Amino acid sequence: MSKPQHAHGDVRSKSFVDYLNDENVRAVLYQVIAIGLIILAGWYLVSNTLNNLEKQNISTGYGFLDLEASFEIGESMIDYSAKSDYATALLVGLLNTVKVSVLGIILCTLIGTIFGVARLSSNWIVRKLATAYVETFRNIPVLLQLFFWYALIPSAFPHPRDALEPLPGVLLTSRGMYLPVPVADNAYTLMGIAAIIALVVILFVKSWAKKRQDATGQPFPMFLAGLGIFVGFVFLAYLIGGAPTEMSIPALKGFNIRGGYNISPEFLAVLIGLTVYTSTYVAEVVRSGIQAVPNGQWEAADSLGVRRSVALRKVILPQSMRVAIPPLTNQYLNLTKNSSLAVAVGYPDLVSVSNTTMNQTGQAIEAISIFMSIYLGLSLLTSLFMNWFNKKMALVER
Amino acid sequence: MKIKTILAAGAMTVAAVAAHNAQAGAVLDGIKAKGFVQCGVNTGLPGFSSANAEGKWEGIDVDICRGIAAAVLGDANSVQYTPLTAAQRFTALQSGEIDILSRNTTATTTRDAKLGLTFVGINYYDGQGFLIPKALGVTSATELDGATVCVEPGTTTELNLADYFRAKGMSFEPVVIENINEATAAFFSGRCDVYTTDASGLASIRTTMAENPDDYVILPEIISKEPLGPVVAQGDEQWSDVARWSFLAMVEAEEFGVTMGNVDDMKANSTNPGIQRLLGVSPGMGEALGLDEEWAYRIIKNVGNYGESYEKNVTAKLGLERGINALWTDGGLQYAWPVR
Repeated sequence: MSKPQHAHGDVRSKSFVDYLNDENVRAVLYQVIAIGLIILAGWYLVSNTLNNLEKQNISTGYGFLDLEASFEIGESMIDYSAKSDYATALLVGLLNTVKVSVLGIILCTLIGTIFGVARLSSNWIVRKLATAYVETFRNIPVLLQLFFWYALIPSAFPHPRDALEPLPGVLLTSRGMYLPVPVADNAYTLMGIAAIIALVVILFVKSWAKKRQDATGQPFPMFLAGLGIFVGFVFLAYLIGGAPTEMSIPALKGFNIRGGYNISPEFLAVLIGLTVYTSTYVAEVVRSGIQAVPNGQWEAADSLGVRRSVALRKVILPQSMRVAIPPLTNQYLNLTKNSSLAVAVGYPDLVSVSNTTMNQTGQAIEAISIFMSIYLGLSLLTSLFMNWFNKKMALVER
Repeated sequence: MKIKTILAAGAMTVAAVAAHNAQAGAVLDGIKAKGFVQCGVNTGLPGFSSANAEGKWEGIDVDICRGIAAAVLGDANSVQYTPLTAAQRFTALQSGEIDILSRNTTATTTRDAKLGLTFVGINYYDGQGFLIPKALGVTSATELDGATVCVEPGTTTELNLADYFRAKGMSFEPVVIENINEATAAFFSGRCDVYTTDASGLASIRTTMAENPDDYVILPEIISKEPLGPVVAQGDEQWSDVARWSFLAMVEAEEFGVTMGNVDDMKANSTNPGIQRLLGVSPGMGEALGLDEEWAYRIIKNVGNYGESYEKNVTAKLGLERGINALWTDGGLQYAWPVR
């Protein structure tokens, strides 16, 4: 059997019009035209912008990153002073953003899970309290919540001179919270390395234990063993490092409290604000995840005599995770992106530092392009990790 | 705040694409076509630019825009105000969102040469100081080692602060908040020991925002030079000329003793050739600027001369005397280029 056009004969070679009428050719052609137009528009925008910036005598390029920043930043996880360059300043901002985002994600997951489970509690008071919490904090814009916490913290606590001391060495003031910390010593670096080694060892032991259980059915007390390995390694490193005991205790000196580790009101306001706000969404995700697990699973666990709390942990939550992880990823991304509101309460996050940089150098487009790509990168990283986690948690078809 | 900045940057790209910005005369033509001057001002700094109880903007920075509107459009009220934070101001100007920025802005090399801006005059000579609660018992800025300092970002203040403490070998902890209201609230709640900005700004904050102004002192040290003035975007020389001479005409009028009250009389009767040129009795100046001959007359008639504007806004509201902002003839720095 031959195709219809063959009936008309192969003599006539395909004309240009025939090509245009070919579905496959058309599909490719349209895409080429669309991409071409996008590239053209992009090129037009970029070249015109550069051209006009030049006409207005606004300098362009990323050369400013090597210049001295000459402004101070309130809190930094790395060495920074006004003598450092703009690139270092932006790195400080990035690390501050990561710090508040990571802590926020961990805390909002914990708090959100508790409230999500509590919303389904059989206890009337617990259930209603959880509902009130979720409905209140979910329905107030997060920026206003940040303002609220930032107005509350400095005015709720006394001036450093009259600092509250709820625990020995821990100070609460209008300038934030001060904690005693060990004075830096090589032993602590050693302990960090030991902790990483311990984790690797635990992974090996775990895979061995799983193999043994699969082969012999004998369970292995992995949690206790892991804890033992971890504590043992770290403590050994501490002893090898000379067992330093010197502590940096916060105390009033001059204007401020010196020594110890300071958790600033700005950081606290952002962390509390983001955590509380996002935890309400996490609570809803967890609740819907649990409710998505068929009731039969509860009943099955019940009929086997499994306690309700154990059933929740071992039967229901693992299954609800499959439903919950994708929307949870959204909430983590939202939290990371919302952390850019920190600029409103003076927490030196990436946007805050970029804003200052932009103003001192006048490189608005460059600075914005830097922080937009960083946020994009952070979000993609979070997505990648959560996708991997999702795959891992997904039902394994046997 | 971040969103505004991004929007402004977006607007910048769009404006750049529109490519009308850099043509000479375009801004003036645009103002005549739309019928008002778009003026970037401070979000709220009494004496310089703040909205009063009726929502009307007033202050010496506002008077600059009112003067220009009077000169160009004949009506000092034909101004639309865009309140801007320190961090937003230059983007707004570069993008063409505003025609002129009159927002206590310090003239510096970087801003003049790298940001595509033109400073058209200095309407207030200032310097940076420190505001501190009396209760701390500090009498000099040299005693501020270890202090926590509240400061607005994107300002020369932020840089001077770091420079000063570095030069003195002292340390400080900055608390950087963009919105001036949030920043002062943080200071008054005790988050910071010290608030720093230009001395005039400190006076404004102390008299208008402190619960009890007597509980706060401004330290004697002035750690920087802050020549504040109106700014326009580079590339439209005619527009920068109009803005520059609208301001200088106010100073020139004060030198000649021409005031809001006597300007009609002076115009009719003065035989001083300088006054006759300024008020358009002998023509030529208006034409040179691309305006009509009564441009300066209208500025003085509607807004007053520099001294009147200063008296009405700065002295009356903040209690600050003329100081170095007096006319050069009185030993100050205000010196008008001759209108001729």
